[in-house]
Amino acid sequence: MEIFEADVLIIGAGGAGLRAAIAAAQADPSLTIALVSKVLPMRSHTVAAEGGSAGVIQAHDSLENHFNDTVHGGDWLCEQDVVEYFVSEATAELIQLEHWGCPWSRKPNGQINVRAFGGMKIERTWFAADRTGFHILHTLFQTSTHYPSIKRFDEHFCLDLIVADGRAQGATVLSPSTGAFTAIFARSVILATGGAGRVFRQNTNGGIVTGDGMALAFRHGVPLRDMEFVQYHPTCMPGSGILFTEACRGEGGYLVNKDGYRYLQDYGLGPVTTEPRNKTMELGPRDRLSQAFWQEERKGRTFVTPQGESAVYLDLRHLGRAKLKERLPLIFGLAEEFMGLDPAETPIPVRPAVHYTMGGILTDINTATPLAGLFAAGECSSVGIHGANRLGSNSLGELTVFGRVAGQEAVKFARGAPAVDPARLADQAKASIAKALSVRDRKGGGERHSVIRKEMASTMEKGCGIYRLGPEMQETCEKLAELKRRAEHITLDDRSDIWNTDWLAALELGYQLDVAEAMAHSALLRKESRGAHQRLDGFEKRDDERFLAHSLARYRPGAAPEISYGPVKITKSQPGERAYGARGEQLEKKDGAHV
Amino acid sequence: MSEPVNAESAVLQKTFELRILRYTPGRDEEPAFGSFQVTGAEGMTVLEALQTIKDTLDGTLSYRWSCRMAVCGSCGMMINGTPRLACSTLLRDLPPGPVTVEPLQNFPIERDLVISVDAFVKKIESVYPYLIPKEQKTVAEGPHLQTPAQMAAYESFSDCINCMLCYAACPQFGENPDFIGPGAMAMLQRYNGDSRDGGRQKRLDTIHGEDGVWSCTAVGICSEVCPKQVDPANAVNQNKTNSAFDFFLRFLRTEQPQ
Repeated sequence: MEIFEADVLIIGAGGAGLRAAIAAAQADPSLTIALVSKVLPMRSHTVAAEGGSAGVIQAHDSLENHFNDTVHGGDWLCEQDVVEYFVSEATAELIQLEHWGCPWSRKPNGQINVRAFGGMKIERTWFAADRTGFHILHTLFQTSTHYPSIKRFDEHFCLDLIVADGRAQGATVLSPSTGAFTAIFARSVILATGGAGRVFRQNTNGGIVTGDGMALAFRHGVPLRDMEFVQYHPTCMPGSGILFTEACRGEGGYLVNKDGYRYLQDYGLGPVTTEPRNKTMELGPRDRLSQAFWQEERKGRTFVTPQGESAVYLDLRHLGRAKLKERLPLIFGLAEEFMGLDPAETPIPVRPAVHYTMGGILTDINTATPLAGLFAAGECSSVGIHGANRLGSNSLGELTVFGRVAGQEAVKFARGAPAVDPARLADQAKASIAKALSVRDRKGGGERHSVIRKEMASTMEKGCGIYRLGPEMQETCEKLAELKRRAEHITLDDRSDIWNTDWLAALELGYQLDVAEAMAHSALLRKESRGAHQRLDGFEKRDDERFLAHSLARYRPGAAPEISYGPVKITKSQPGERAYGARGEQLEKKDGAHV
Repeated sequence: MSEPVNAESAVLQKTFELRILRYTPGRDEEPAFGSFQVTGAEGMTVLEALQTIKDTLDGTLSYRWSCRMAVCGSCGMMINGTPRLACSTLLRDLPPGPVTVEPLQNFPIERDLVISVDAFVKKIESVYPYLIPKEQKTVAEGPHLQTPAQMAAYESFSDCINCMLCYAACPQFGENPDFIGPGAMAMLQRYNGDSRDGGRQKRLDTIHGEDGVWSCTAVGICSEVCPKQVDPANAVNQNKTNSAFDFFLRFLRTEQPQ
């Protein structure tokens, strides 16, 4: 085992981790920052974000509007003080990215261009064609190479955190390339490991999105908040789940059923207009659109694709080839390469797939978790801006705003923290290594991890899908407990040291099962419908009296997680009716509020 | 509550044969092919075939992958002798018969289809891959102006996903592993072509040497294999001109120092 002594350790080098690293390096160049990523940083899943990042820039827009859109979109389960901070900082971060070279799409006069997005009252989504996450990630990665105090550990897999004296003091990592273990000691630690969408069957996520950081924090006693809220993105490729950005609709695309009918008008999202209209029809929020798909399917108005999946059409034909190539080149290529169709000529079959985890590691507004010295930012965290449903183009902004905060706060903490005691911490690292090796070297004819993963993904889809039923969620909880027992006996084909991805996948499955359990149990106990959590078993309505509250899942070794509830911070927006389309506009007029 | 999903058996199934170059250090003397029969959907990708093998037949098969949508750059490999992304290569689009899968050419093999990326990353880092601002500007002063025409000068180079297919195709890199190579040249030109950047000279200085831009023998195959139409050959050509011009200017500068 090798030892590396850092001041700040960051686990995860996607948008949030890289932004944190740069902020930390700028805040105090004398500190050593260890940046661990299980892939090369530019492979991180931020790379797959397409549509854009929200930040108020137009004169007729306001921070108030962005705040209201976000809080309403989250069905009032947002931390309103955090949302207020977020919207006030988002634009500055987008400008910062511009100064670092991010190729934002421009108007003919050279100014930043913005596009419409679901649930947003005014166009405020900055975009780099439909490769926004890709460009943000590469800009941040490339910029980070300028800072010598950032010591990267590319392609290093995190086995466990090191926690002593009640504070996070490092992590134990494995290099698959060399087979070597390293204990990285640090005075503060940031988790920026992304989401956990791969616990579901059909999802938009890359293979690496396995909830590692969530599970690591969870196992060390940090609550996971609001885990029942899992976002289904309404327009994904049937079968693979590959994403067709919301920007397709922001640019004016239609969603039609098998009869060519713009069905969203039947679900409180009308009136139908030819041109895109904010917060109406295809520009409604993701939870509502995915739910409308489910209803259409029940009515028999979807069709079945060659992959055996139900689908509707995303019709982009009327936008014309030139606009599609300019604004949506990635989408154009995906349709051509993967589906063999020309979106300028043929509507694209799409369906909802799991996209995003609204919940995550509990943090305060400063990204601090309840475990001293441990911070979290990005999708792995629950800082509180998304509530029960995230609005499209709010997650990239979250990476940069709260990535920066995490970097600065972790530096502050590190400066005030006592030095680590390497001898004591090394023992803990050795124990983590022994535990990981026991998974690799386990003998006996146990199952393959792939069998358990597949069953996990299908039970999550069944019990925790777009609509949920008590008995089905109960069944999912029981199934997950069974899978966890079976996972203890997994045996691997591969016992080698170098690039043993069989082993890494088994360790990731362990993370996934813990996170899936937190999701399923949180879902079962939320007896109401709110945002992305919709029930059909007598709890169809939002229940603010009992459930205007954050769920908190706490890990219990060898048992199901314990679920409790915490208060929601309401500052200026009292919970009200959440409506879109004509009804939304009516409400806005009535009470003069921004909807 | 899940939707009524149709039985998978309704999907047209097909069996494919993959010949995969295998190598485990410490165990194998040298790489050797292993053969696998994979049954899956008729439209399955090479990546999906590899996943099926790993999940059901042989868990020791090692390869990199993540996004499945040709944007993360992880899954470059030689497919029937051509560098391609496994995730966006559909088996049905390949000629009938066994499909050969090998690690990216010109790179050291770490294991099976996993090659060493360290040298590539160092090359990227060596060309100052970040904006060196022409004028210092605070965030409060707002964004720079950049017209679509100014963007067009560097935009395609900024689309590089660092998948390294161009290096696997480049005969010059095959002969000289120290050659800066097409991907890093695209990175260099991405910033040198950016109207906001003032670091042109600094970057050009990194490519004058014997492993720099002049090593390119203008084969152009780097652009042919690029999955993102980055056209690294164009970046190389522009920099041959720039490098030559720069050299000439330097000569003048030495003759008439100011």
